[in-house]
Amino acid sequence: MVPLSWYMIFAAALFSTGLFGVLARKNAVAILMGVELMLNAVNINLVALWRYRTPEGIAGQVWAVIVIAVAAAEVAVGLALFISVYRRRKTVVADEIDLMKW
Amino acid sequence: MTVQQILFLLVAAGTLGSAFMVVSVRNLVHAALWLIAALGGIAILFVFLSAGFLAVAQVVIYIGAISILIIFTIMLTRNVAIDPGKQMNSSWVGALIIAVALFVLNVLILSQWSEINKTAPVLPAQYDALRLLGLALVNPNGYVLPFELASVLLLAALIGAILIAWGRR
Repeated sequence: MVPLSWYMIFAAALFSTGLFGVLARKNAVAILMGVELMLNAVNINLVALWRYRTPEGIAGQVWAVIVIAVAAAEVAVGLALFISVYRRRKTVVADEIDLMKW
Repeated sequence: MTVQQILFLLVAAGTLGSAFMVVSVRNLVHAALWLIAALGGIAILFVFLSAGFLAVAQVVIYIGAISILIIFTIMLTRNVAIDPGKQMNSSWVGALIIAVALFVLNVLILSQWSEINKTAPVLPAQYDALRLLGLALVNPNGYVLPFELASVLLLAALIGAILIAWGRR
């Protein structure tokens, strides 16, 4: 059997990869893709801990379902914002979206 | 090494490799396609963890809906996919240091935990995770409130998204 540590180290690596994407990428859509990777890493942790520690309950899977729903909401609003910003400023590069900066 | 361990390592390596491509390739459409590969690998891991419903939800929601939405947005926002300039900002070295440091810290903290090398308990013969999950989501003593809150949040977010992307009237 695969020990719990493999799943958790894998999830940590995936989370760090997503974090690097969020911090280093210039394009706002690419930043959002990094956020998706981070959310998925959290989901893996939730489900792995459910399976290895409390399989008689179901709380881990319930939380994973809710994380997926919130991620879908976040992506829908985020991408709508990018389309709206692009229409006004002709860019989705995060550095150039500086309307609220002075 | 058992077959399960070899399969896990193969899927995990593929998923991590795809994730690295997502954050490093220049062409955004390619990044979105690598994202689909990474999400597919995570769906396989859900199957390994005997969470069948989540594996299907991962395929339908992430691969089916969210990545299509991302590809649509990339195509609606002009030349960003073939932007000739750099795709990383000036502080990417700092970002790399932060990400690696977080990973090392995570592994260090995990290695302190005594139950980290636990193997999975055997599920009972009559165990039906899907039925349990369905019942828990509509049970007033279970998770009906978070479930309904998530539904309302999703509805509000979709209405908001339509309103924001509608354009000037």
